[in-house]
Amino acid sequence: MFDLQGYGWILLKGAKLTIYVGVSSMALAVVLGLVGALGKLSRSSLIRFLLGCYTTIIRGIPELVLILLVYYGAPTLIQDICGLLGYDIYISLNPFVSGVATIGFIYGAFSTEVFRGAYMAVPRGQLEAARACGMNSVLTFRRITLPQMMRFALPGLGNVWMVLIKATALISVIQLPELMRNADIAARATHKPFTFFFAASLIYLGITIASNIIQQWAENRANKGVRRA
Amino acid sequence: MAVDLILDSLPRLLQGTWITVQITALSVVIGFCLAIPLAVLRVSSLRWVWMPVYAFIFYFRGTPLLVQIFLIYYGSGQFQDLLSQVGLWPLFQSAWFCAVLSLTLNTAAYSAEIFRGGIQGVPYGEVEAARACGMSGTLLYRRIILPKALRIAWPAYTNEVIFLLQASSLVSIITVMDITGVARIIAARSFAFYEIFLTAAALYLVLVYAVLFVFRRIEQRISAYLTVSS
Repeated sequence: MFDLQGYGWILLKGAKLTIYVGVSSMALAVVLGLVGALGKLSRSSLIRFLLGCYTTIIRGIPELVLILLVYYGAPTLIQDICGLLGYDIYISLNPFVSGVATIGFIYGAFSTEVFRGAYMAVPRGQLEAARACGMNSVLTFRRITLPQMMRFALPGLGNVWMVLIKATALISVIQLPELMRNADIAARATHKPFTFFFAASLIYLGITIASNIIQQWAENRANKGVRRA
Repeated sequence: MAVDLILDSLPRLLQGTWITVQITALSVVIGFCLAIPLAVLRVSSLRWVWMPVYAFIFYFRGTPLLVQIFLIYYGSGQFQDLLSQVGLWPLFQSAWFCAVLSLTLNTAAYSAEIFRGGIQGVPYGEVEAARACGMSGTLLYRRIILPKALRIAWPAYTNEVIFLLQASSLVSIITVMDITGVARIIAARSFAFYEIFLTAAALYLVLVYAVLFVFRRIEQRISAYLTVSS
């Protein structure tokens, strides 16, 4: 049953791209999450309102619909707007770019909430102490808040990563040759759908298990110097 | 923006909405009924009881839903002879059946883990008190542990149902005509991509808020006795 008929390498190539997509989207999600969390804690009610819309609306729409909306919808929307202004242009998006942008944008909303909780868990006294030592707000954030936030944020970010890496399978719908798409190609070529999709699922499982180990290591590292109850 | 096109396609999109509601509701109900016994087996101290359950949960939580759907819908084709012999092939030929089956198994795995957390969150004193009153086995679970565990797990379970509702959009990939399926067909024919997909997104938002409303109501009801003092 586990005769991959020479298509094993195409699965591994897909797995490599899946990891690339996952890591790039995660990086985008973390940046958006940090910016979003700071915005949600800002004094401007307009920023807070806009970010509230971002997190509630994005979390209420299926990933697949957003992927289709960005990949097919965004170019036609831009073309229509340019058409109204009298420019005739043709745009098409690269599946990698639009996939990473969409997944990163979706999970940015999730990590915004993770970072917001983590920020609020850092004791106020720490910030006051930093101020008293003469640190400005950027330095305080970099040296005091961020390192302590990571300790509280890591379990949440680990969850976001687990869901995100599985969501990358959806990019196969816009023909990006990642693990799922390549498994589909191999399954069609060999007429062995179960074999190839099962093999792909085991690779995903391997990625999940490896991520768990890395997360554990990172959490231990972030908790260094913290006394456990 | 092509407003008339959206209005023209609204009836078909609403038919898709009905399919989405049916598939989600069916998977939630069957998944719930599977998840409760799975969660009870999962907390068993007997290794041969909890290990297979854990393997099932681990597999379904660790792999993408899309793989699970493809494994059941396309993968069953590899076992066509075997399935025909036991008379199950007509079921697996139907995309609708495969969609419900994969969503049900997926949500059962996630919910079982949520309910396990609930069961383990029941204060030990309550279990001890029930034991002291002479309750054990099924009665203990039915009267004390499960009601309490369900209340503890309900907010997390609400999230799971919302995720399942959104995940049901994947069944459009195996040709089921749910909201996303209908939207993809209309968009591909009319080239009105953003108009149609935005309408679909709006329909999902309405469904999500409807589910949230219903589940909050249930939460208020099942934990009514907790809110009296506050």
